[in-house]
Amino acid sequence: MKIKLSINYPSSELHIGNGILINKESDWLEVEETKEIKEAIEKGFLEYEGKLEKKEEKKEKSDKDEIWIFAEALHGKLARVVLELLGKGKELADSLNVKLSVILLTDKDNYSKELISYGADKVYILENPLLKNYDTNLFAKVITEAIKNYAPQIVLYGATHIGRDLAPRIARRLDTGLTADCTGLDITENNELLQTRPAFGGNLMAQILCKKRPQMSTVRPGVMQIIPQDKDKKGEIIKLEIKISESDLSTRLKESVKSAKKVINLEEAEIIVSGGRGLSSQENFHKLIPAFAKVLNAEIGSSRAAVDAGWIEKPHQVGQTGKTVRPKVYIACGISGAIQHRAGMQDSDLIIAINKDPSAPIFKIADYGFVADINEFIPAFIESLK
Amino acid sequence: MKIVVCMKQVPDTNEIKIDQKTGTLQREGVPSIMNPEDKHALLAALNIKDAEVIALSMGPPQAEMILREALAYGANKAILLCDFAFAGSDTAATSYTLSKAIEKINPDLIVCGRQAIDGDTAQVGPQIAELLNLPQATYVQKIIKLDNEKVEIQKETEIGYDIMELNLPALITCTNDISEIDYPSLQGISKAFEENIETWKATDLKADKERLGLNGSPTWVNKSFTPTHQRQGNILKGNVKELAKQLAKEFIRKEIVKE
Repeated sequence: MKIKLSINYPSSELHIGNGILINKESDWLEVEETKEIKEAIEKGFLEYEGKLEKKEEKKEKSDKDEIWIFAEALHGKLARVVLELLGKGKELADSLNVKLSVILLTDKDNYSKELISYGADKVYILENPLLKNYDTNLFAKVITEAIKNYAPQIVLYGATHIGRDLAPRIARRLDTGLTADCTGLDITENNELLQTRPAFGGNLMAQILCKKRPQMSTVRPGVMQIIPQDKDKKGEIIKLEIKISESDLSTRLKESVKSAKKVINLEEAEIIVSGGRGLSSQENFHKLIPAFAKVLNAEIGSSRAAVDAGWIEKPHQVGQTGKTVRPKVYIACGISGAIQHRAGMQDSDLIIAINKDPSAPIFKIADYGFVADINEFIPAFIESLK
Repeated sequence: MKIVVCMKQVPDTNEIKIDQKTGTLQREGVPSIMNPEDKHALLAALNIKDAEVIALSMGPPQAEMILREALAYGANKAILLCDFAFAGSDTAATSYTLSKAIEKINPDLIVCGRQAIDGDTAQVGPQIAELLNLPQATYVQKIIKLDNEKVEIQKETEIGYDIMELNLPALITCTNDISEIDYPSLQGISKAFEENIETWKATDLKADKERLGLNGSPTWVNKSFTPTHQRQGNILKGNVKELAKQLAKEFIRKEIVKE
């Protein structure tokens, strides 16, 4: 690096070690970056050109007190919520300066590379043909033993059908707390996990802390953000030494049936057209909503009222008791916007609401509101595109 | 066959209003009801032939109302777990308390609703099963077969459903699909008000005091607040065709649709 005596330096010359003397007349001097020179620069005695090698500020991340994520991988792929949890988990792990790990139970490891590329530092894995299908007791046994062995401080699960079946059993085996269906996770000043979740049908948000360890939560799918994949990221794979056998199975699976209907993937949709009671009949719903969705290349959602009326099946339902979505565009058609519905879509990037009642609560959270009868609006919209 | 149905009295969350000034829940005037999925669980249990159905709840004295309702539907017996020592329970302490009562009853099958509409946790059922070391099935849509040794059920999965068999005693948690909602008979209602509801206290359960109520709850609410998600949007009125055209233009501008 090149250095020069600063004009701020009160004296005319300065010894900077290694027998080098620098004075007011000296031009830029090429030197090696030594401790003395760095000190002089930090005090403002020297001007410099080039980069000052910064001290490694971050300490090596601790192997203790890790954050763990249950890597649910069934039906041949990772549950999307696992990637969402990795995104959130990384943020939490960085603020605690600990490692982010996943625990993976599978018959065949097709997943650890993907898990590492989305943020995992370590993959704890048990690979065994018995783990092909989920069994409550078997999975609870393996995860409980692993948690006892490695003592993570936080364990997160997706609030999926399986996560919600499994996590409560592990919580009781470990005698710790469990907070359900979290929509927010943060680290407090005291390095505790602050868990935020809706209660009373989304009317109230509660922030929950746990006085035992590990701190455990299930997290609502669709809420946390996935971080970009880094295929070059390196991670460590640790094989778990836990013995399992058929006698650990608590249930006998006789048949696993995939629904014949197309699986509704609202959580991954970029645009959602949702219909509600304003459509006034099943006939209108089926005539207008799919047509609207088609011109926008959107998925179809609905309010609970439309499901309760039997106009559409439950997998389309958005809201507190349905799905949480955050698409780029959410279009609420004839949906009044009860808090239970808003709880499931209020984080969408752009919200469009069409409702004939100008006082409908949906307008409070809409970026664009159109006061109009949805039954007239959709045909007019499709017409105007032509 | 002895069946315990666990039930919770909840405020009807569809009727809850927030006091905009104080940001607190207005619970006054909000009806208390039997949690809907628990009602479905009860009716499913009552559909089982020759079963003795025991309705079990933990709560304040007024929770007796939902137990009366259960009796009106035809439950054979109702028990309320009511003690100041149970106050402030999280799901861990609640499931411990219920598990001690169930141990005393010693049933063949325990049926719960999947989750309660006030908390939506779905944690109490599985935690009871764990504490009693029983097999469980959650999200159960249908009881297919039941005999003295085992139960075969259909449960909802993310991609369809599973058929599975569990040895008894076992615990299942049910979705609304498990039964059709029915109304109690007039005869049932009048009978319900004549019957005695047993109340059990902490001492009746031989429970470890450290595991009850606030003491036994590892989680605690640090703070609660009302959600705010307001956006300052443009609300447009006028001719429907004009409005629709405006939205179409906006979508083209944002490249959401192609012209």
